[in-house]
Amino acid sequence: MIRLRRPIKQGYVTDLPLFGLAWLCIVIAVVTSGCRKESKVDVATRDKILLLGNGSEPKALDPHIVSSVGDSNILRALFEGLVTNHPESAVIHEPGVAERWESNEDFTEWRFHLRKNARWSNGDPVTAHDFVYAYNRILAPEMAAPYSSMLYFLKNAEAFNRSEIEDFAEVGVKAENDHLLVCTLESPTPFFPDVVKHTTWLPVHRPTIEKFGSMTEAFTDWQKPGNHVSNGAFELEDWRINAVVKVRRNPYYWDAKTVKLNGINFYPIDNVFTEEKAFRNGLLHYTYVLPNNLTPIYRERNDPALHMQPFNGVYFYRCNTEQAPTDNADFRRALAYAINQKTIVEYITKGDQLPAYGFTPPTKGGYDPPHIIKHDPEKAREFLRKAGYESGTDVPEFTVIFNTLDAHKSIAVAIQDMWKRTLGIEKVRIENQEWKVYQQTVLDQRYDIARAAWIGDYIDPTTFLGMWRTGDSNNNTGWSNAEYDRKYAESFFIPDPEERFKVLREAETILLTEAPVLPIYWYTRVYLLHPDVQNWNSLLLDNIPYKYIDLKGAN
Amino acid sequence: MEAARYIISRLAQSLFALLCIITITFFLARLAPGGPFLEERAVPPHLMELMNAKYGFDRPLPVQYALYLGSLLKGDLGPSFGNKGFSVNEIIAEGFPISFFLGISGLVIALVIGVPIGIFAATKRNTGVDYSLMTIAMLGICLPTFVIAPLLGELLALKLGWFDVALWEGSTAWFLGALTLGLYYSAYIARLTRGSMLDVLNQDFIRTARAKGVAPVKVLFKHAFRGGISPVVAYLGPALAGLIGGSFVVETVFGLPGLGQHFIKAATNRDYWLINGTVTVFAVLILFTNFLVDVAQAWLDPRTRSRD
Repeated sequence: MIRLRRPIKQGYVTDLPLFGLAWLCIVIAVVTSGCRKESKVDVATRDKILLLGNGSEPKALDPHIVSSVGDSNILRALFEGLVTNHPESAVIHEPGVAERWESNEDFTEWRFHLRKNARWSNGDPVTAHDFVYAYNRILAPEMAAPYSSMLYFLKNAEAFNRSEIEDFAEVGVKAENDHLLVCTLESPTPFFPDVVKHTTWLPVHRPTIEKFGSMTEAFTDWQKPGNHVSNGAFELEDWRINAVVKVRRNPYYWDAKTVKLNGINFYPIDNVFTEEKAFRNGLLHYTYVLPNNLTPIYRERNDPALHMQPFNGVYFYRCNTEQAPTDNADFRRALAYAINQKTIVEYITKGDQLPAYGFTPPTKGGYDPPHIIKHDPEKAREFLRKAGYESGTDVPEFTVIFNTLDAHKSIAVAIQDMWKRTLGIEKVRIENQEWKVYQQTVLDQRYDIARAAWIGDYIDPTTFLGMWRTGDSNNNTGWSNAEYDRKYAESFFIPDPEERFKVLREAETILLTEAPVLPIYWYTRVYLLHPDVQNWNSLLLDNIPYKYIDLKGAN
Repeated sequence: MEAARYIISRLAQSLFALLCIITITFFLARLAPGGPFLEERAVPPHLMELMNAKYGFDRPLPVQYALYLGSLLKGDLGPSFGNKGFSVNEIIAEGFPISFFLGISGLVIALVIGVPIGIFAATKRNTGVDYSLMTIAMLGICLPTFVIAPLLGELLALKLGWFDVALWEGSTAWFLGALTLGLYYSAYIARLTRGSMLDVLNQDFIRTARAKGVAPVKVLFKHAFRGGISPVVAYLGPALAGLIGGSFVVETVFGLPGLGQHFIKAATNRDYWLINGTVTVFAVLILFTNFLVDVAQAWLDPRTRSRD
């Protein structure tokens, strides 16, 4: 048989179809493998594994060296403190390791009765000694725990932490027996059960810590999967940096029968847009945040996944009260009243944030701050005149700094414009700084006005008002008011909550009238939540107790 | 003998460059305002002092530098402050293989796409097909990965559902990452292949082969391909280094836990040892691939050696 040779054309490639075929094979292979009937979330719901976006990679899984909200989300699954969070209300205390507790009359001594069936994830009993050990560890100066000041409520804790006393026995915490922990406090603290819910008050397992190093060694392998021992509803299963932290049900947990989930996977996804896409793709039950420019899209189509809830935080501007022009209280007041908070909330942040009429966010069934700050152009102009400026053009140039982020920039630009329109102030510069540079600038008080935010550690106004005391390490405005300091200190000695709030409200009135800070809005948490997730309630501190969470598929 | 001397001198150059990079990084990181222990909530000054003392930051900078070099020689890159509980060695051990895998996959994709397109365009020289392919390649070079990556995610993962859009474990998002990197480099490779293939195709021996009646495919692959592809091979080394080091964007967009993310986060966290560690790894990678390429080229072409 004779094969006819095909005519040869210059540059003609006979094997071209082969290339095409190869590519077709790849495409088909990909398409067929890619066709899934169930999404990852569907499978996880069936297996009762909760898939959570969790912002940044956790810094650590050791309650004594971390403090961020993302880290404490994981710690809350792994550990249980004396008192813990109620699934429905931020103001109700839920018993944790302590079954019950009582205080003496002036709230300076608290006795926690520990339940006898509390267990570590290796089966060891949880005792009062574990708590004493943990508090010794976090307060030990050699540990240099960055958040140890949370424990300064305990008598002599600060002195011990500052190496002023050597013997931990002098610090106000004792294990009377295995099941009775007695805390003696520096000053009366009626809200102490709220304080001990914070992650810094969690216990650690002594044999585990000491198996991998000394008590005060921060960087040891005890927090690694396989080594980590905890006392919460879940225990650590796996931890891959920047990929996932997996926790699974702790069989020894005293209330294991209440726990519905078999496990939780925490995914650190820094990029908020990636996280939202992962949710749309069925990879997550929950996003840690939803970027503010996507909120309107979800809101418009009434997406049931969209959740917006009040959050215990405030967005505000700090004023440097030690240099002109912000050293003048009337001038600061003028700036405060000229800010149209509602515009910012509606057109920039878009997540149902509340215009802040005070500094401390209001708590349902708790503290409500005085209603002082509001948008009032007339008053603003009046205060500007009082401050000695005929018109806004006389105001010397000053700068607003913020850490680099689009939302901060939009707000700064809007406020710059409001000051210009309402007060006629022309010379406001806005300047962004890289995160750590900004922190250093604020710490050194080398600014005129600086963007700031504060998230409360517990439900009580003192977590917001304490920082404005003279010389507090978080004050950074140079503001000092003896009357404010006096009222704040006085509040600790008032047993009746209503009376106490009244005095704190008086203190906050001073703060808002002197306006070293310009409150802008109170935070909300805006996130996406899959409808399969049950019992996920809106809490002001957003510290959901995972043991009540359940997963139920739609069909 | 001459070859050995060349290799040794080239190696010495690389080591010197590495020392310079490590030194400059060490001091530059320290010059930046803020520090690893500075947090949004102020840490009381006495604790700040304690922490600085604990990690030796209270000593004079030259002493710290000497100590760092000492531990570096022992292979200890120090602790990480952003990921407490992990040493920089552990972080690199976890992140580098992922970046490496992404880079290699990207390179394979770049070759699989780039080389055939380049050859094809060369055979269709100066036709509409050639122009349009090269225009697309030019576009590919111009479009940054932070544009391509989200587009691929929207299209291939969310619209068509072929891949997962993010995450690493049990997820197919890595392929999108590799594809993004691969597409970018395939454009370079296509243009490079086309150029060198054209060079070869215009040479006399090809004309001779054609005149003898050798089939065009055979001319292309047996006679022209080897010569035409060699510049691409030389480009592979730097390309691989670039792929591995440049994967920060795709790692962020697709939530992949490679080393690129640490590279950026370490700088924003002032995580001194992690900054130094990641820079050292990337520097070694780039120097090593360049060293290999130089040696290979010298071996292939003695002129490079004598010029040195």
